Amino acid sequence: MKNTMRLVRRSLATVGVAAALAVPAIGSAADDTIKIGLIDPLSGPFANIGDLGVKGFTFLAERINEDGGILGRDVEIVPFDNKGSAQESLQNLREAADEGIQYITQGLGSNVGNALVNGVEKHNRRNPDNRVVYLNFAAVDPALTNEKCSFWHFRFDANSAMKMKAITDSIADQKQVKKVFLINQDYSHGQFISKAGKELLAEKRPDIEIVGDVLHPLGKVKDFSPYISQIESSDADVVISGNWGNDLALLVRAGAQAGLDVDYYTYYGSLVGTPRAIGEAGEGKLKTITEYQENLAVDKNQADLQELGETFEERYAPLEFNVLRTKTELHMLKKAMEKAGTTDPLQVAYAMEGMTLETGMGEVTMRAKDHQLLQPLFISTLTKDYKKYDAEGTGFGWKTDVEIPADETAVPSSCEMKRPPRS
Amino acid sequence: MLESFIFSVLNGVLYGMLLFMLASGLTLIFGMMGVLNFAHASYYMLGAYFAFSISEYAGFWVALILAPIVVGLLGALTERFGLRNVHKHGHVAELLFTFGLVYVIDELVVLIWGRVPVNYQIPDALDFTLFSLYGSQFPAYRGFILLVAIAMFVAIYVLLVRTRVGMIIRASLSHPDMVGALGHNVPRIFTLVFAFGTGLAGLAGVMAGNYFITEPGMAYAMGPIVFVVVVFGGLGSLGGAFVASLIIGLVTTFAVGMNYSVADLLAGMGIAFGQDSVLGINLSRFGLMLPYLMMVLILIVRPRGLMGARES
Repeated sequence: MKNTMRLVRRSLATVGVAAALAVPAIGSAADDTIKIGLIDPLSGPFANIGDLGVKGFTFLAERINEDGGILGRDVEIVPFDNKGSAQESLQNLREAADEGIQYITQGLGSNVGNALVNGVEKHNRRNPDNRVVYLNFAAVDPALTNEKCSFWHFRFDANSAMKMKAITDSIADQKQVKKVFLINQDYSHGQFISKAGKELLAEKRPDIEIVGDVLHPLGKVKDFSPYISQIESSDADVVISGNWGNDLALLVRAGAQAGLDVDYYTYYGSLVGTPRAIGEAGEGKLKTITEYQENLAVDKNQADLQELGETFEERYAPLEFNVLRTKTELHMLKKAMEKAGTTDPLQVAYAMEGMTLETGMGEVTMRAKDHQLLQPLFISTLTKDYKKYDAEGTGFGWKTDVEIPADETAVPSSCEMKRPPRS
Repeated sequence: MLESFIFSVLNGVLYGMLLFMLASGLTLIFGMMGVLNFAHASYYMLGAYFAFSISEYAGFWVALILAPIVVGLLGALTERFGLRNVHKHGHVAELLFTFGLVYVIDELVVLIWGRVPVNYQIPDALDFTLFSLYGSQFPAYRGFILLVAIAMFVAIYVLLVRTRVGMIIRASLSHPDMVGALGHNVPRIFTLVFAFGTGLAGLAGVMAGNYFITEPGMAYAMGPIVFVVVVFGGLGSLGGAFVASLIIGLVTTFAVGMNYSVADLLAGMGIAFGQDSVLGINLSRFGLMLPYLMMVLILIVRPRGLMGARES
């Protein structure tokens, strides 16, 4: 892209005067769109997730543009490849700001999220005329809306503490559950789940015994059968796991091969690629906590969302539209810009505080205190007995077990927000 | 206790056998040609993807035969038109060639099959419980993997030690010039060995693709550990690779099951240590580091590996 631009400019330069006229013309045409920089891995082992993000956001932006855009301007998604690295992401942030991009969005990895919050804070302090807002759609480290909260950061996914609260609430309601096994990846995310899970269960159901609490290396285990033996001999009824990607798929598959009969409460059972990698092994056992899955659109008679999912899948099969929060994010941004009457980051950020939006799954609120979105959460099970849509062509689909209303997902925040002067 | 011991042994042997299927090809190629084939795990991945695509049309059993052959043919082409030309420029060039190949194959796989894992399942005929022991089930497919791996080991052994072809191959390993002078086509033997080695990797892919997950990262996940096996067993030694695979398979499986720490052991002996110190970390968390530690140690103590023939 840069090279072609340079080439264009160089060839124009030979025409002489024309160049002086042409270059600003190109500039102003591009400036007319509202650009959102999407910073996520587009190469390397997690490229499939980043790729889905680009396709999803671009698709949603196109639909907003068809409806007249925001304040009469088109939305444009500009992807940046952070290769999964926090360092690289800061570089991306700088590039984005240099191109005049005022809104960035990111999802994969709370380490990246942490770096970006710091980066955006620093950038906005130094460049009050060129501020950036960070819209986070999947980095779930609770710290980002607690001790590390920032006025410029807005989180559209329920954070890890909220999800664990919902999972343990649901487990506590099931009287037959007596023994719980925790298995997680050995880094901050998994360690948090292990700690929070134990604390919350002890509080809500002291009679439940934690029969195992294992941390295993992230992304390195190929054969989970030794762990399955441990779970088996512990007699657990329920396994709680924050694992994602292969670490989850291999765990559940190894469990099925050994005939292990437990329910898996997971954060990322419906992450792209996982239902397909697990398939039959998860039937009736794999549960996931999310703000959306396609069959919820059927449960709640949302024809619009069904049409959206079907159109998306037609274009990008086998990818599916399962991240409603990305739509919530763009539409809340739209609402905030329209309310503020401008795309100026400071005014838009103020407008977004406390803002509500109807998503089709219920009303969501951007809590002003810590910029954490409160939205209904759902626990669903992978089963043959689904309503309409199967997951990734497996013949198994998500069926809703429990709905947790938005206000019940809330957990207190220690955030003391520092707000910049309003004008 | 006995129950988990037996299952750990079974799982360890199984994992070791899978490692061996990969390592045998790699060590053969190295032993013959002195080429450390970085792309070996990529052929393993190709084996899994080919098996998936073939089994869509013709079923698993056809894929089991056909996929390794196709991978072997690709290997032969790689050797004949790639490696052989690079060979004149020395080992570094060969190393770089196979290194580049890793990325080429990775990207090709993504282009053809996409980034999302493919739905490559265990065949119905093998999807049952072989036996139950203390309430835990042992799936038939694992038994099948064990069987194929053992058959493969015996076949390679017989081929190399008992047949005339094997004799020539072993001779070209140590005295290529002499074998050439006796009228054998040494370059063609090289091509054959490379094809055979990559075909074995392909077979491992067919077997492991549905046991694990067939996705673009599978080569990357398996690559490093196979190198450890080959170095530990001794570069070029088939027997060494076999023993090393089993040791590493068992060690990783057992370490994972160990739910106590050094501090616990010391406490048992009457020495108190804080559970928060390094000694308080569960041994299971060191499990996956052990193979690499073993490789580092054996390189210090015995650089040619367990059964390696040469010092270099």
